[in-house]
Amino acid sequence: MSVKKHIIKAEDLVIGYASKKVNTIIAKNLYFELFPGELVCVLGKNGIGKSTLLKTLTKVQPKISGNILWKNKNLDQINQNKFAKSVSVVLTEKIPASNLTVYELIALGRQPYTNWFGSLTEEDKKQIKQAIEQVHLQKIAHKRCDELSDGQLQRVMICRALAQNTDVIILDEPTAHLDVQHKIETFKLLQNLAIKLNKTILISTHEIQLAMQMANKLWLMTKSDFITGSPKYLVKNDVINQLFDSNTIHFDKNSNQFKMI
Amino acid sequence: MLIFIIINISFGSVNIPLKAIFNTILNNDTAKETWHSIIFNYRIPKAITAILVGSGLAISGLLMQTLFRNPLAGPYVLGISSGASLGVAILLLGASILGGGFIAFSQSNIALSIAASLGSFLVLFTVMIVARNVKNTMTLLIIGLMFSSFAAAIISVLSYFSSAEMLQQYIFWSFGSLGNLSWNEILIFIIIYILALVLILPTIKPLNSLLLGENYAKSLGINFNRTKNLILISTSLFTGVITAFSGPIAFIGLATPHITKLIFNTSNHKVLIPAVAFLGSIFMLISDTIAQLPYSEFTLPINAITSLFGAPIVIWLILRKKKISL
Repeated sequence: MSVKKHIIKAEDLVIGYASKKVNTIIAKNLYFELFPGELVCVLGKNGIGKSTLLKTLTKVQPKISGNILWKNKNLDQINQNKFAKSVSVVLTEKIPASNLTVYELIALGRQPYTNWFGSLTEEDKKQIKQAIEQVHLQKIAHKRCDELSDGQLQRVMICRALAQNTDVIILDEPTAHLDVQHKIETFKLLQNLAIKLNKTILISTHEIQLAMQMANKLWLMTKSDFITGSPKYLVKNDVINQLFDSNTIHFDKNSNQFKMI
Repeated sequence: MLIFIIINISFGSVNIPLKAIFNTILNNDTAKETWHSIIFNYRIPKAITAILVGSGLAISGLLMQTLFRNPLAGPYVLGISSGASLGVAILLLGASILGGGFIAFSQSNIALSIAASLGSFLVLFTVMIVARNVKNTMTLLIIGLMFSSFAAAIISVLSYFSSAEMLQQYIFWSFGSLGNLSWNEILIFIIIYILALVLILPTIKPLNSLLLGENYAKSLGINFNRTKNLILISTSLFTGVITAFSGPIAFIGLATPHITKLIFNTSNHKVLIPAVAFLGSIFMLISDTIAQLPYSEFTLPINAITSLFGAPIVIWLILRKKKISL
């Protein structure tokens, strides 16, 4: 088997909030790699630093120390527009109400490629059409965004990220507001994109069961540790139990879920 | 638009027949010498001012609403209009306290313009410094509101100490007026207007991605700080020059973008910017025509007209749509 080339690699990464006087360290000693076609879920309890990690990886927030490499290039040296062609995001924040249609919103994903005036070329239109077909949004493409349900809107946001045509898509809790059916569908869609289009997909989530079933790899963030591995490996070694520091919750290997003791 | 310009030019305190107006403009053949003077030195400059003021304020309002993702933002909210008012108040009311030669100086139109521009730029400058340290755009809006209150407070203090004549002059200025501009002043107006318009061109694409919020815009490769600074500079140029030449004019900047979005049913700034400029001009021309009170010798303050019609329209919009969007 040939050695796969990593897209993202972090070494001795320390993340947190830097200010003039003190650095508030959220997590340290982070080592990880991301490869093409991988679906990776970041798990950890609230406030452990999942969002901070994703923000650091997407250049929203500066790291405190250590190295992040994108295809062997230092993250800090990649300019904003070039970065926008390699990484797209789906954020937790709600988009403000506007008159945007689904098509217009997805077309915004092409902004890193368009000219100063934002005119769409034939290539842009082709990419948008492909993205819409991948996510099966043909029927609602001409609706207005504020007419959509939460589940539909999330698909539209994923479709926009897809139109951005990047190697990596990073999603911060993409299923937070959705019902079970839409949660599963969203994960299925993301898994599909990873397999079919060889995208690298990094998701922070609280859906442990879904993450166990769908992810190639899990990143567990705990107070003292950052553990990466396949779901099977983490269960087999009981590492998954470190996720919550409570004595009343335990991972049940038979049913593959956390249970009260 | 042409129709509204013609309507605007044809009505005024002095009743000039439409036929005479066309003859004057097209054939330079005037029945009465005074009519020629009224049309060329008063009514046409006033119509041009109305177009510049209306479109400039409407564009500023649109840019601020998108930048701050707040449908109630406008040139007023950032405190830029208040800054201009404060500049004028200090000039007019301060002169009456100092007395002597200052009073004569403060009467000139040019001194007024300089004071208003200085005031708005001072506020803009402070807002920009604050904007560099404040990440949250909501906070910036609140700071703008505080500037307005602060300016209003200083104006109250000044008016308490100043003479009645000067106070009256300040109040007349604050009513707003589109007339009284010489061709030279209009030329300056147009130059600054075009400068502000050119600064807006590179922000059209970022404005569209800002509809998704600041973080999404950044993830699309937008240089947010540059966009923010360009918008702040151009809107303060617009507001500064408009307030200087025609007084603080309310509601056009706030209401026009909403009405435009309702009519054109889009959020795309490539369409919206020319559309709000167009509608803003028309609203201003209509307001001015009404303010002239055709066939009477009275002229109402333009600011009263825009508020009288603007405020109910905004309330109606909010009630009708239940929510207002960007």
